[in-house]
Amino acid sequence: MRAAVHVEWTKIRTVASPLWLLLGTIAATVTLSAGATSVVICTSAGCDGHMTKLSLVGVQLGQAPLAILAVLVISGEYSSGMIRTTLAAMPHRATALAAKAVTLTGLAAAAGTVAVLGSLLAAWLILPGHGFTAPSLADGATLRAVVGSILYLVLIALLSLGVATIVRDSATSIGVVLGLLYLFPILAQTIGDPHWQRLLQQIGPMNAGLTIQATTDLSSLPISPWAGLGVTAGWAAAALLGGGLLLHSRDA
Amino acid sequence: MTGFPQLLHAEWTKFRTVTGWVTGTAMATLLVVLFAALAGISSDQKGSPPVPIGPGGEPVTDSFYFVHRPLTGIGSITVSVSALKSGIPTDLAELRSGVVPWAKAGLIIKASTRQGSPYAAIMVTGGHGVRMQDNYVNDTAGPTTGASPRWLRLDRSGDAVTGYASADARHWTKVGTAHVDGLGPTVRGGLFVASPPSVDGMGTRGSVSTAAFADLHTRGGWADRHWAGDQVGAESPSFAGYPRNASGSFMASDGGFTVTGAGDIAPAVRDTLPTGGTRGDILTGTFAALIAVIVVAVLFISTEYRENLIHVTLAASRRRSGVLVAKAIVLGVVTFVAGLAGTLVAVPLGERLAHANGVYIFPVTSSAELRVALGTAALLATASILALSVGALFRHGAGAVTAVIVALVLPYILVAIPFLPASVSDWLMRVTPAAAFALQQTLVRYDQVASNYTPYNGYYPLEPWAGLAVLAGYAVVSLAAAALLLRRRDA
Repeated sequence: MRAAVHVEWTKIRTVASPLWLLLGTIAATVTLSAGATSVVICTSAGCDGHMTKLSLVGVQLGQAPLAILAVLVISGEYSSGMIRTTLAAMPHRATALAAKAVTLTGLAAAAGTVAVLGSLLAAWLILPGHGFTAPSLADGATLRAVVGSILYLVLIALLSLGVATIVRDSATSIGVVLGLLYLFPILAQTIGDPHWQRLLQQIGPMNAGLTIQATTDLSSLPISPWAGLGVTAGWAAAALLGGGLLLHSRDA
Repeated sequence: MTGFPQLLHAEWTKFRTVTGWVTGTAMATLLVVLFAALAGISSDQKGSPPVPIGPGGEPVTDSFYFVHRPLTGIGSITVSVSALKSGIPTDLAELRSGVVPWAKAGLIIKASTRQGSPYAAIMVTGGHGVRMQDNYVNDTAGPTTGASPRWLRLDRSGDAVTGYASADARHWTKVGTAHVDGLGPTVRGGLFVASPPSVDGMGTRGSVSTAAFADLHTRGGWADRHWAGDQVGAESPSFAGYPRNASGSFMASDGGFTVTGAGDIAPAVRDTLPTGGTRGDILTGTFAALIAVIVVAVLFISTEYRENLIHVTLAASRRRSGVLVAKAIVLGVVTFVAGLAGTLVAVPLGERLAHANGVYIFPVTSSAELRVALGTAALLATASILALSVGALFRHGAGAVTAVIVALVLPYILVAIPFLPASVSDWLMRVTPAAAFALQQTLVRYDQVASNYTPYNGYYPLEPWAGLAVLAGYAVVSLAAAALLLRRRDA
């Protein structure tokens, strides 16, 4: 397994695009977060509690380049035919996928940490100037939101890897991933019935997972923060499992 | 060497022979229909009171406190309004005095107390001076000076109702004459107070207003000498009710009345009728269809690079940009047809299911109906051309798909973030390709109704076709850039 991870790490390290996509993840996250915190207005009391979530809003954009990276880790091999070499060198196919998942987890965690802390730093610099209290890591809920956001990014990368293993084509895979992420919140926005709305918010990998960023009104959330992140983890696990089974049974 | 028609034919043949692309496009059609069905069946308003409909067919708010007597034939009524005070609840449910610009106190002559019945009224408002309004949508400005007390008068003769305002009860200014069809011989006339919800951040807070009336005089066919006070439209879906610990009332005090009321007499908007659905809601599937269309469009070009078919394609045609244009035309036409088919099935289906569940759908004119259907198809077609061009520019499938999806879909998610000022969401819907969703707007803005006219609520900053022009601009620029690069770059 160690050798397999080393192989995957070498593959990623020696081409330029993964680095750019990781930098893109960080830049997109921090830019959108900083943009949102610098335009925020609040007319009533009690907004300070929502500032943690707002400071981390960039994750909704930053997950996109990370998903591309995760998709390319596997589908890039399919389009170049490299997958046959990979699987020939590693006859135990599950190990090959696991090695990719481990490598990806490390990269996503590293980029996610920089992206999330960068967003928080932007909030510290921007929010006090607008008369808001910036979120503090000493606060338990904020710490949970920060750590959870990093975990969320890791899970999105793993979900994308799983989907790409199932679908194989990169453009289609990323379409499926972004559809899963973005369509649930849009559908929940436009659907009138509160029960359906709640259900969609509970099962969507993005809206359920991002409840981890909530720090106030926890009782009014459609799903509790850790359970929400659990839903995202469930999606990622299901995608990886499906991908693993198909990788095992299908010809490469 | 081939001419352009052959080029078009070649691209069409490529498109229709790849199962994945045909399936993807068919899926776009199916997703529009499927989401419409889901939107239709998922909402349940069965048994809720009917939405009041005004004489013009539009949904209205017709809820206010009314102190009235019957009037038969010709008659007039005069009153002075000396104070109009509004209260808005705070987070702690206490009332804090504030300004509600469209709080209304004045005189009204109305066919009956039935919801949505025709009327004409003259009133003092919280922040817009004296206004004469009739039949919910018509609004005429009167004197705006802050003179207080302010005298108001309504003269009724048949269907004609004329409103006057005065600062001293001697010199009267005519504000306007309304011809109100269907008033009938006997009408209800008298004093009214309305207090629409106050706009607060991204939402609204119910308000309540109290006005002091004096010098009440009636002439002509007024029956009954006795004034009756009623809350009109208490159970209407377009009325949010009174703030906690407040209620409508009237109190007689030496020659005058103190009247407290909430609600509004005005056209309904999304904020006041949140249970109402729109065409845009029914066509939520456009977002899902977009994703399918974008993937197909990118594959239509990136597959050529991956399979190295591009060398053959380009060798067969001298003008490289011709290839791209041929692809754009084939893709655009196919996507337009698929989108139109989806919309034409989805809208009636979604509406029928919604109606069956008791959901009220905001009405649309037939020209707007046509615009929504053609516009949604055009939106999908233009987006596919944008995706094709970005695919040709990037030559990298996943990157191109992501860029176009993020540009078209993410803005719609961002406008739902709380505490973002309306100016920012308006800006997003002006400059990003998502501006094209303005094509699906069917809601109408009214100057005389304060509301959150934001993209989140279905009110877009750009005119429908201007919104499409923004998306088309992105598509044309990237198509030109792609054509230029295709000529310069080795394949």
